Amino acid sequence: MTTHETTDAAPCARTVRRPGRLRRHLVTIAGLCTLAYLVLPNVIVLVFSFNKPNGRFNYQWQRFSTDAWTDPCGVADLCGSLGLSLRIAVWATLGATALGTMIAFALARYRFRARSTVNTLIFLPMAMPEVVMAASLATLFLNMGIQFGFWTILIAHIMFCLSFVVTAVKARVMSMDPRLEQAAQDLYATPVQTFLRVTLPIAAPGIAAGALLSFALSFDDFIITNFNAGSTVTFPMFVWGSAQRGTPVQINVIGTAMFLIAVVCVVVGQLAGARRKRS
Amino acid sequence: MSTVTEAPAPAPEDAPPEVRTPPLRKRLVPYWLLLPGIAWLLVFFAAPLVYQASTSLQTGSLEDGFRVTWHLATYWDALVQYWPQFVRSVLYAATATGLCLLLGYPLAYLIAFKAGRWRHLVMILVIAPFFTSFLIRTLAWKTILADGGPVVGALNALHVLDVTSWLGLTDGHRVLATPLAVVCGLTYNFLPFMVLPLYTSLERIDPRLHEAAGDLYARPATTFRRVTFPLSMPGVVAGTLLTFIPATGDYINAELLGSTDQKMIGNVIQSQFLRVLDYPTAAALSFLLMAAILAMVTFYIRKSGTEDLV
Amino acid sequence: MTKTASPQSGSGGDVRLRRISKTYGSFTAVHPLDLTVPAGSFFALLGASGCGKTTTLRMIAGLEDPSTGTVELSGEDVTALPPYKRHVNTVFQNYALFPHLDIFENVAFGLRRRGIKSVKKQVEEMLDLVQLGPMARRRPQQLSGGQQQRVAVARALINHPQVLLLDEPLGALDLKLRRQMQLELKRIQTEVGITFVHVTHDQEEAMTMADTVAVMNGGRVEQLGAPADLYENPATTFVANFLGTSNLIEAEVTGVDGDDLLLRAADRALRVPARRCPHAARTGDKLLAGVRPEKMALAHPDDAVPEAHNRLSGRIKDAAFIGVSTQYLLDVPGVGELAVYEQNIARDGRLVPGADVVAHWNGAHTFGLDAAQDISAGADVDEEAA
Repeated sequence: MTTHETTDAAPCARTVRRPGRLRRHLVTIAGLCTLAYLVLPNVIVLVFSFNKPNGRFNYQWQRFSTDAWTDPCGVADLCGSLGLSLRIAVWATLGATALGTMIAFALARYRFRARSTVNTLIFLPMAMPEVVMAASLATLFLNMGIQFGFWTILIAHIMFCLSFVVTAVKARVMSMDPRLEQAAQDLYATPVQTFLRVTLPIAAPGIAAGALLSFALSFDDFIITNFNAGSTVTFPMFVWGSAQRGTPVQINVIGTAMFLIAVVCVVVGQLAGARRKRS
Repeated sequence: MSTVTEAPAPAPEDAPPEVRTPPLRKRLVPYWLLLPGIAWLLVFFAAPLVYQASTSLQTGSLEDGFRVTWHLATYWDALVQYWPQFVRSVLYAATATGLCLLLGYPLAYLIAFKAGRWRHLVMILVIAPFFTSFLIRTLAWKTILADGGPVVGALNALHVLDVTSWLGLTDGHRVLATPLAVVCGLTYNFLPFMVLPLYTSLERIDPRLHEAAGDLYARPATTFRRVTFPLSMPGVVAGTLLTFIPATGDYINAELLGSTDQKMIGNVIQSQFLRVLDYPTAAALSFLLMAAILAMVTFYIRKSGTEDLV
Repeated sequence: MTKTASPQSGSGGDVRLRRISKTYGSFTAVHPLDLTVPAGSFFALLGASGCGKTTTLRMIAGLEDPSTGTVELSGEDVTALPPYKRHVNTVFQNYALFPHLDIFENVAFGLRRRGIKSVKKQVEEMLDLVQLGPMARRRPQQLSGGQQQRVAVARALINHPQVLLLDEPLGALDLKLRRQMQLELKRIQTEVGITFVHVTHDQEEAMTMADTVAVMNGGRVEQLGAPADLYENPATTFVANFLGTSNLIEAEVTGVDGDDLLLRAADRALRVPARRCPHAARTGDKLLAGVRPEKMALAHPDDAVPEAHNRLSGRIKDAAFIGVSTQYLLDVPGVGELAVYEQNIARDGRLVPGADVVAHWNGAHTFGLDAAQDISAGADVDEEAA
């Protein structure tokens, strides 16, 4: 009898004991390592924006300097390409957000026959390697005899941003209670007023997310732009070229500045949102 | 207050009620909403693919012009000549996708369940790097993995590079211009695409399910295997697709971090199109790549039983 | 904006539905229906989920286009008018408060859409009426369920509609709050005199609040009348079972005795007033004899039972003490199970599970129903799934 009890108690005691500190935090540690892996290049970009390299390439640390920060446009064509990229990103965001929001509303709010075909057409660009889309669109432009440049880049960017906007807005509109729109109509709002006063404000976070994503995707796109730009040089194409010719420190400055601006924007947005929720 | 109410009258047989249908104008609303966006996709996405298909069947040269000759041999020649790049692309992309899942899962789990009030900060750190051009960030890996740098030094000291060299992942005592560097870059570049869908699906899991599993005698590892992981499957599938598909077609990492021995199929398409100007071959390669990815993705979705995801 | 009828404070309009119906493909949600809601009344549409009551309400609001028929408000055909041109307002299920607007703006929404510039005084008065004055600048998410409900009512009432439509307005509240809001709504209705059309699956709620209740089932109105009439004289088995509990006993008509029909059930003679039976009942016909559990009494077999009473003998299967009464479940051979509710005045210690008893009741409390119906219709309807 007593022997039975001891053999029964032993495994019990083992399961009751808390796992070690390290084991309990294993997931956290692994997650933080991944986070470090993700952030490390940004740290390098930041640090090397203060470098003063000896040769044309900014891959090895030489000595500290703020030259690049005081003169970010000191390299020929750099700021021109940056301006072009920003301009394209703004227009692509506007275009893709407008077209994508319309599609998202049609998909989320109406039943119609071509629904599944439309869904597939929206999904495909996201499931297609960029290089395939890039090459085929460029083939089309080439054969139509269309001059490559600002407009071909813009057309391509709206094309691949569209699907992401649709996805973001659709999710938001689908989760919206249709009774809110009915309530507005019940309270004397015409269809146009209902859309402007109720639907649009409530769908706004989804539209904003889609627009933000579009901006980031467009601003950062290289592959599709590279095929459809002709001799026009956007900022990513400038960086690509500089990887061959020599990397100026200024591209690190701009990369870091974009990163910091994004972080500040997000943090300010978060704080504003939190304050509104509290009040 | 009068409460005179009529009882429901029996339906009169002689007057079949007239049935109304909504006006045409109302029924056309969704089509008007779809028209501009869908037209855009049809003209600039679908039509080019069709065009591409016809280009792949053409022969000719830039000087004489190209003509459709149903020259299927282009496909065969492309396959024979570039099959190593195809295989390499799939291998690199698959490895990178596996690594992304392995690295991304703990991070997504951390954000979803453990980060608490740090959740937003961690989230920002995952997303914000997007805003530094990915080319600049990929170039930063050149610095990190530089031959004389601390990373390579440490790996050498620990004899890790001896092992990876033996495995064929690296060459001698350097990391740059080896498969390891390319896979490392691919993993890095597409990691957020794995973390975000994983996080979305993990976040939806009710934490009480963990407690319930614990209450029902499951140890943490069992809880993860039997409850958490199966529930996060939609995220796993979405994440692997979002990583694998672009990684297969990528040529930036191979170009910046690899050497000529690490060229992927994207590099071939790019150089055929932009340098050699052999449009039929570039088109045929694009189609082969698309077909290969479509086949693999379909098989994968069937296997993982998440068809409703698409 | 021009309205179909000039809004007048404190006067309700009547609602007249003529041959109105709604079909979705091959499914008929509402069969052709004629219904008149008198001005100023509190009218309830009662039924289980999917019975067509909400569809009917939405057709009055204009949120659903009727497949056939017409809707008239105060004598005017509004069938073709969109919801924003009808002078009716709705309190939605789960309230549908605008999450991006604060309470003040939610309540002011209707006034502003009608082009009224100075809304401050009206909104404040209305918020005071529903006791939410200090909450004006809060967002709907920051309010409790009961407060949200009051905002929804205020948002609708401020427009002084001819008819106020309420779609399960209390469904999301807990029991205690629901009782409180029932009285509150009833008070507001009496005060403002607006016609209320209230959709609910809760028969108690309908009976507490409404002057007239229409019981709907399968897209049709089964019966319509004052709550007490419906309860005492259900016209169908569905109404008998859905409104409270009924004991329905299969019986055969054996003859007539004065104003009563004589019935036979399980070799027992029962009486039922002929005026409470279907008109055509003749000797030899089948009939369902119904009686409410609280109208019955239990006696020990040794005790005397009033001579004129209907009686059935059985055995107590189960007894549940619920405070004001004890609910007995009886097994009566040849009849089935009967429910009997006894007031807890003087509890008889002999009435325990397993004991043989006699259930008896005044024959005048019996009602007769057509035996060609499903005897259990409406008995097992899931009340919460509305």
